[in-house]
Amino acid sequence: MTKTENILKKAKDIQKKYSCFVTIADKIDTNEKGKLRGIAVSVKDNICTKGMMSTAGSKILEGYIPQFDATVVERVRKEGAMIIGKTTQDEFGFGTFSVNSAFGIPKNPHDIERTCGGSSGGAGCLTVLADFPHIAIAESTGGSISCPAAFTGTVGLTPTYGRVSRWGLIDYANSLDKIGVIGKNVKDVALLFSIISGHDPMDSTSLDVKQEDFTKYLDGKIGGLKIGIPKEYFEKGVDEKIKDLVMKAVKKLEELGAKVEEVSLPNTDYALASYYIIAMSEASTNLAKFCGMRYGLQPELKGNYDESFSNARKEGFGEEAKRRVILGTYARMAGFRDAYYLKALKVRTKVIEDFKNAFKKFDVLIAPTMPVVAPKFDEIAKLEPIEVYMMDILTVAPNLAGIPMISVPCGEVNGMPIGLHIMGDHLQEKKILQVAYAYEKVKK
Amino acid sequence: MAEITEDTVKHVAKIARLDLTESEIKKFTQQLKDILEAFKKLDEVDTTNVKPSFHPQEIKNVLRNDEPKKWKWDSLANTKQKEGKYFKGPRAV
Repeated sequence: MTKTENILKKAKDIQKKYSCFVTIADKIDTNEKGKLRGIAVSVKDNICTKGMMSTAGSKILEGYIPQFDATVVERVRKEGAMIIGKTTQDEFGFGTFSVNSAFGIPKNPHDIERTCGGSSGGAGCLTVLADFPHIAIAESTGGSISCPAAFTGTVGLTPTYGRVSRWGLIDYANSLDKIGVIGKNVKDVALLFSIISGHDPMDSTSLDVKQEDFTKYLDGKIGGLKIGIPKEYFEKGVDEKIKDLVMKAVKKLEELGAKVEEVSLPNTDYALASYYIIAMSEASTNLAKFCGMRYGLQPELKGNYDESFSNARKEGFGEEAKRRVILGTYARMAGFRDAYYLKALKVRTKVIEDFKNAFKKFDVLIAPTMPVVAPKFDEIAKLEPIEVYMMDILTVAPNLAGIPMISVPCGEVNGMPIGLHIMGDHLQEKKILQVAYAYEKVKK
Repeated sequence: MAEITEDTVKHVAKIARLDLTESEIKKFTQQLKDILEAFKKLDEVDTTNVKPSFHPQEIKNVLRNDEPKKWKWDSLANTKQKEGKYFKGPRAV
């Protein structure tokens, strides 16, 4: 067996027990040159891969084969990466536990009765299990990289909005979506991020920032760094044991020479509602294009176009997608638009101001990534939608503000991993990677 | 704010071109009520003179030169519903 055949066999074995793939590559094209030679890269299923089915976890895109690579995929291929397959996710990214998926639910490698988190659940799952060099391309709208990284005990980087091209991404919410990375360690994450980031003329929201090698900044030195501890992130609903572990980690960073002080982000409590209204509003417009005619699921055309499209969408969308289309459409309707959608956008301004004010004084902010450890599937089944949305209380605000964040493993509670969330100002990926690396080194 | 009823959900579903079953309509009506009730929290925030943020940072409009380029892809590659060079759609009325 060749090296690539061996990797594919391992991927298939992992898939049997854990369901982290929607598609596994038939064969791997290798390129022995480049910074990613010999490294397998998995791609979240909402990112287009040439010749490989891309469904975003939705039945309405079943069978869709893109004729092009997303910019991020093109960039990693150029550096010699082996694209091994597409990872499972909540449909279009709509979820926190990867259970809203039309193509299998990934199981947590630490306890298969528990979720990997979402929506990039398959990416987190595979990152833990791959015993070959592997880095995952993931994506976050409101926490979909940080959450699975925390729940699976991996490192997840969500870049500044616009730093990584979204060209070729099947959009959820255009003003919030960010392609990022999940990896086994900070160095892997910095390596892949260095390759996929940087300006792309194909994405009109792509920031005019040059590519940079972030691995060279990882030296473990953080002397003089100012860390802010946002007090609202340690309030109600956050597991006491998680708070303790996070503060222990902060103590370690203090021992390395960082200065630590409490800070307040007064609009934190409003971020969740603002986020969900904006995300659902944008999602409902993005999903308007799926009508079962040009690609993906194509039921028989019957009746007029209203009837035919409504029928295809009924068949192709899962329950959470339907719920978000209804809510998002409602929030943008004449008469409600000002009260919901516009109000949410104004509150978003206040949330961004909170962060901007904090970063005048602090280099990074540190908090727990998730308020709880990965829940069990039978516990998830009992939750009402609003209770699921509440799980995102710690990740939505930085996502709403489009600031970069990284989740690194920070110990275990009841045998399950938890995440330390390091947030930085816009375009300050270098700082958060440095802090994450310093912590990772001293933790060992 | 107007109360969410099953008729509201039916109306929105129609606009969004989404066929819902009776049980979905029932379920969504209650869930929408609960969700919007929780989202009322936003009313507590004073947003007088606050500008809406459509993006996390200010984004400038990007334009390219208006020059024709050859389309690299076969638009019909993923459809079963085609006739010659055209998509075949449902009837318009």
